[in-house]
Amino acid sequence: MGNYIKLIALGLITLFAAIAANWGRDLSYVVHAIIIMLVAGFMFLRVLRATDEPVRAVATDGYMDDVVRAGVIATGFWGVVGFLVGVVIAFQLAFPALNFEFLQPYGNFGRLRPLHTSAVIFAFGGNALIMSSFYIVQRTCGARLWGGNLAWFVFWGYNLFIVLAATGYLLGSTQSKEYAEPEWYVDIWLTIVWVAFLVVYLGTIFKRTEKHIYVANWFLLSFIITVAMLHLVNNISIPVSIWGSKSVQIFAGVQDAMTQWWYGHNAVGFFLTAGFLGMMYYFVPKQAGRPVFSYKLSIIHFWALIFLYIWAGPHHLHYTALPDWASTLGMVFSIILWMPSWGGMINGLMTLQGAWDKLRTDPIIRMMVISLAFYGMSTFEGPMMSIRAVNSLSHYTDWTIGHVHSGALGWNGMITFSALYFLTPKLWGRAQMYSMSAINWHFWLATIGIILYAASMWVTGIMEGLMWREVDANGFLVNSFADTVSAKFPMYVVRGLGGVLYLGGALIMAWNMFMTIRGGQKVAAPVGVPAE
Amino acid sequence: MDTYSLLREIADSWVLLAMFVFFVGTIIWAFRPGSRKVHEDTSQIPFRNEDRPGDAASDSNTKELQS
Repeated sequence: MGNYIKLIALGLITLFAAIAANWGRDLSYVVHAIIIMLVAGFMFLRVLRATDEPVRAVATDGYMDDVVRAGVIATGFWGVVGFLVGVVIAFQLAFPALNFEFLQPYGNFGRLRPLHTSAVIFAFGGNALIMSSFYIVQRTCGARLWGGNLAWFVFWGYNLFIVLAATGYLLGSTQSKEYAEPEWYVDIWLTIVWVAFLVVYLGTIFKRTEKHIYVANWFLLSFIITVAMLHLVNNISIPVSIWGSKSVQIFAGVQDAMTQWWYGHNAVGFFLTAGFLGMMYYFVPKQAGRPVFSYKLSIIHFWALIFLYIWAGPHHLHYTALPDWASTLGMVFSIILWMPSWGGMINGLMTLQGAWDKLRTDPIIRMMVISLAFYGMSTFEGPMMSIRAVNSLSHYTDWTIGHVHSGALGWNGMITFSALYFLTPKLWGRAQMYSMSAINWHFWLATIGIILYAASMWVTGIMEGLMWREVDANGFLVNSFADTVSAKFPMYVVRGLGGVLYLGGALIMAWNMFMTIRGGQKVAAPVGVPAE
Repeated sequence: MDTYSLLREIADSWVLLAMFVFFVGTIIWAFRPGSRKVHEDTSQIPFRNEDRPGDAASDSNTKELQS
């Protein structure tokens, strides 16, 4: 019976998408309609072939790890794609000729940049969060994922969202909100997928066999719920036509700006921080082989972080039409936020107390430590940059870009890589990664890449800020905008090289994961070999 | 009173107080007497149920806490 309802629904979606592909008013809408038509049609045939056939029995007594395996592969794949696009646009800034004429408008920096941010944050980071939350919630609840194939729906549905978002950017459909560029129908689809994610997650927590809910689950649950809330409020818009991708925001002016940065900063706070802290609170104790340093501190860390982060958004809008009291509020909360952030960092680092020798022998632990170090650095830098006086220098300069990347490449990237190195052998039943020395190579390439990136952006950002405000004796501005652009050239090249190193590390990881999964002869050194 | 002013007044009085009390309450709750034993047990959760789901009835730690 269930299959007949599915067939009717999928058939209607296929039909509607076919009509939409015919009547669509703009290119990206037509392309998306064709993608949806093909996906729904494929699913229709798949369900049809299974209908009225004997149901294949699935063992449901163990953990549901297939979907986590798929998530691990997707994370590695999107990571490489996202970093590659990042390297391309870094060199496009240094050498504008790389905005090739024959690729216009699709290969333009303006269209590739949101593709890069969404690919690394939502495709790489999002898949990492979904697969590791599915892994962690099962282990820490001692229960199989709730909802059966709903977890597969979350995985494929989320990746369909990513494909729709990415193709939309290239074809010019965007609502021009940072980190929330996808248009209305893609937003609706993500809402459906996200609710399914929440249901699977909560269902598993409800049927747990452990009495207590481990702290990692608190962070991951707050990430899921808050992202749902942010996504719904920031994407309230009215489509111009049901046959077109363009929509109009309900909010206007400074209200829209404030809603956007309430969303934008909490995307950082709850997607890139709370979610990844959930990963940290599971994988760091696991890899170190000892429980978290202070469970009490982790509770205080959690409540302080979620109570404070939600107010920090207005620091993105200093010296704008936003009232002073609101931006002061954002600034004050950003500065207070420094304390729980560092509390969490200390909690993670001190977990290694008594196991610091592993830092010498275990490259995965080393990655976790550098990731926590970058978490500490960027959560110190962020509050500092939110102070109005500092912001007047740093805002609109590359310092912001450098800050974001020290957090994203350092904290999010490194903790994800270490989670992948932890999970890949475990999920495919191998003793360890195919090559431990390749992890070491990845570690150093990525670390040097981040340092080149962050250092060059600090230099160019502060230089640019100072050049913009430089006035001569008569009060006239000394530099034109183009002067700053040409002055930044060497730093842009260094930044691009840093990106190349980081991408190189990720390619080594992809190769290492591939070899581990294929399960060839292991010729690598054991874990206990000291680092070169 | 218009909606904005009304909401603003509720937000910076009772809601502020409620959130502050809740926040302080969580910290006091974390430090309550007897929490150490619970926290020590909870912090060991990642090292249990590694390969297969647990069984609530036979889990000695769960039992110990429930008694």
